[in-house]
Amino acid sequence: MPLLRVEDLHKRYGTEEVLRGVSLTVVKGETKVVIGPSGTGKSTLLRCINRLTEPDRGRVWLGDTEVTGKGTNLNRIRSQIGFVFQDFNLFTHLTALDNVRLGPLRVKGLGKKEATERAMAELARVGLADKAGAYPAELSGGQQQRVSIARALAMDPQLILFDEPTSALDPELIGEVLGVMVKLAEEGMTMIVVTHEMGFARSVADEIVFMERGVIVEQGSPEKMFRSPEVARTGDFLRKISELYGDAA
Amino acid sequence: MTLEAWSQLWPKVPVLLQGLVVNLELLAGLLSLGLVIGVAVALVEVYAPRPFRALALAYEWFFRGVPELVLLFLFYFGPSQFGVDISAFLAAVLALGFRSSAYQSQIFRGAIQAISPGQSLAARSLGMSRLGVIRHVILPQALRLSLAGWSNEFSSVLKDTTLAYGIGVVEVMRQARYLTARNFPLALPAFIVVALMFLILTYAGNWGIGLLERRLRVPGLEARG
Repeated sequence: MPLLRVEDLHKRYGTEEVLRGVSLTVVKGETKVVIGPSGTGKSTLLRCINRLTEPDRGRVWLGDTEVTGKGTNLNRIRSQIGFVFQDFNLFTHLTALDNVRLGPLRVKGLGKKEATERAMAELARVGLADKAGAYPAELSGGQQQRVSIARALAMDPQLILFDEPTSALDPELIGEVLGVMVKLAEEGMTMIVVTHEMGFARSVADEIVFMERGVIVEQGSPEKMFRSPEVARTGDFLRKISELYGDAA
Repeated sequence: MTLEAWSQLWPKVPVLLQGLVVNLELLAGLLSLGLVIGVAVALVEVYAPRPFRALALAYEWFFRGVPELVLLFLFYFGPSQFGVDISAFLAAVLALGFRSSAYQSQIFRGAIQAISPGQSLAARSLGMSRLGVIRHVILPQALRLSLAGWSNEFSSVLKDTTLAYGIGVVEVMRQARYLTARNFPLALPAFIVVALMFLILTYAGNWGIGLLERRLRVPGLEARG
C-alpha cells in the first residue's frame, strides 16, 4: 500500500484553476521530485496534501487515513507530515534548539528532557549541534533551512514535503541544504521535493514528476525523464532548467 | 510661597504618599484590565470572523472617542441607576481600564501584524492548534514588540489616574485638596510635590520597562519604527 495517495486534486484561486486534477502516489522510502515552471501549482499541491491550503475537490490519504475526510483529526495528520518552507519560517523568538523542540513539547506532548534530547539529536543530524543556542537572525540562510529540516524531523514524520527548500538561498549555501536532503533520502526518509535543482533530481529522485498548468504532464524515473521523455514539453523544460540552474549530477 | 508653607507641608507628605499609593493601585488595576482586554480585542481584530471584528472595532471606537472624565462619570453614576452600587475606586478601574484596553489593542494589533504569517503556517504544519500558535508563537513575539508602545501608554495612564479625583476616589489629588482646603498657602507647594511624584514615577516606570525590553531582547526581533 502506498504511504501517500493523492487523487484528483483541484484548487482554484479566483478565476484561475491552479490544480486541475492531480493524482499521485508515494511509497515508503521514496523520494519524489516535482518540477515544473513557476505558477504551475507545485507549492499548492504540497500545501493541499496536509491541508495548509484547503483543496476544492479531490482526496488525500496518508496510509489508511483519509486526510481530506470530514472527521479527520487534522492536527494529528499534520504532525505526521513534515513541511519545509522556501523561506524557512523559523520562529524568530526561539533559539535553534527551541525551534526544533517546540513541536515535540507542545504538539507531541513529550517531556522537556526527552524533547531536548530529540531536538539535539536532530540538530546534530543536520550538522548544527553547535548552533543550538543561536537565534534564527544569527544563522545563515543555509543554517536556518537546516534547522527547519531538523524541526520537521523532530516530529518523527512519516514523510516530509519540501517546498523549494533552496530557492531563497545564495548559491554557495545551497549545497549544505541539499547535502542534508541527500542524506535523508539515503536513510530511507519518504520525501516529496519541489525544486529546480536538477542535479538533486537526477541523482536522488526515485521518480520525477513534471507539472505544468495544474496537471501532471509526465512522470517517470530520472533516467527516462532526462534521456527519453515521452512528451516533448518535458524534454524542453528539462533542457532549459538544466541550463539555467546547472546540472551538477 | 514661603519657607513656612514648605515646613508646614513636610509633615503632611506621608498623607500625600498614602494618596499616591491609591493612584498606583488604580494604575495596576487599569493596566492589567487594559492588557488582558487589549490583547483579546487585538486578537479578535486580527483573527476573528468579520462580525466579531466589527464588534471589536466598535468597542475600540467608543472607548477611544469618549473623554475620560465622561467615562468615569458614566461608570460611577450609571450602575446606580439600575440599583447597582459600585465603589468609586472600582468605577475608576473599569472606566480607565476599558479605555486603556482600546488604546493597548492598537499597540498589540500592530505587533501581531508585524509577525510574518509564515511562522503561523509553520506552526500549523507541525500540527499545532490555532490557540497553541497564538500562545507559543504569536504572543511571545507580539508582547515583546509591544513594549515600546506600551511604555507610552503607561506614561499616559499613570497621569490619568488623577482623574479619579473627579468621582471622589481619595487619591493623591484629593489628599492634596484636603490639605490645601484647610490651609490655602499650602496649595502651591503641595501641588509641586504631587507634580514631582508623577515626574519621578513616570521616569522610574519607563526606566523599568526599558530594562525589561533589554532583558527580553532577541536578535532579529526588534520593534521597528
